[in-house]
Amino acid sequence: MRIIIATLSGALFGAGLLFSGMTDTEKVRGFLSLLGPHPWNPTLAFVMGGAILPMLLAWRLTPSRAPLLAPAWPERLTGLDMPLIAGAVLFGIGWGLVGLCPGPALAALLWGGAEVAVFTISMAAGMIVLPRLRRIA
Amino acid sequence: MDIIWTTPNILRALAGGVMIGAAAALLLLVNGRIMGASGLLGGLIDGTGDMPRERLAFLAGLVGTPLILVALTAPPPTNIDTPWPTLIGAGLLVGIGTRLGAGCTSGHGVCGLSRFSPRSAAATATFIAAGILTVRAFG
Repeated sequence: MRIIIATLSGALFGAGLLFSGMTDTEKVRGFLSLLGPHPWNPTLAFVMGGAILPMLLAWRLTPSRAPLLAPAWPERLTGLDMPLIAGAVLFGIGWGLVGLCPGPALAALLWGGAEVAVFTISMAAGMIVLPRLRRIA
Repeated sequence: MDIIWTTPNILRALAGGVMIGAAAALLLLVNGRIMGASGLLGGLIDGTGDMPRERLAFLAGLVGTPLILVALTAPPPTNIDTPWPTLIGAGLLVGIGTRLGAGCTSGHGVCGLSRFSPRSAAATATFIAAGILTVRAFG
């Protein structure tokens, strides 16, 4: 049952990303053009705002019960640390260079052409090398 | 400042956003899991994550559903004009950065902000600021 729910969630996520226009990198780079050089495109703010609404309700339900098919809610981490901020900086640079973040990259993987495929494979490679880089460092 | 505002586009953005939030709420309330694209993928392929089959199922839905939908209509433009070396470098940065920073736009930006997580708020503000400066510098 958990597998079916995960598939449905992924399917709805993918459909939402496609429908909202987040696989169009011009819209994303337009949103990030708050200081120029392109005209500002507010689409991403409305996607994020729309997505936060159901989740505000969902989190409100969590204190009084357990997940339907899991023993407990996700752990809540506290405190800021260097990896969090450094990681966000690296991610933001890569995001700004192309206009793709992991969700839309995966949603467009099989139809977005060689550009999306090369980006997504590089992204996966980065995810795989990080634990090895950590071990060396 | 010029703003690109077309009302149908904004309404689609809101509706698509609600679908994304509903997907996250479903995964949270039933499976007790954060819907973060980078965490679900990264934990599967670097071998550190639990429940690989569940991760694979989520990714199959995420990758497969848009493929079916665009086959029914026509693929929308992705408008990528990035040179190949930059594309590879940016992919590496996104992969390393999201795993080091424990999340991306979906995990921190949607699930974390709606939980009022200070860590996610800091991460989201940071990656948006870094993105803004990068677009400012490189277009």
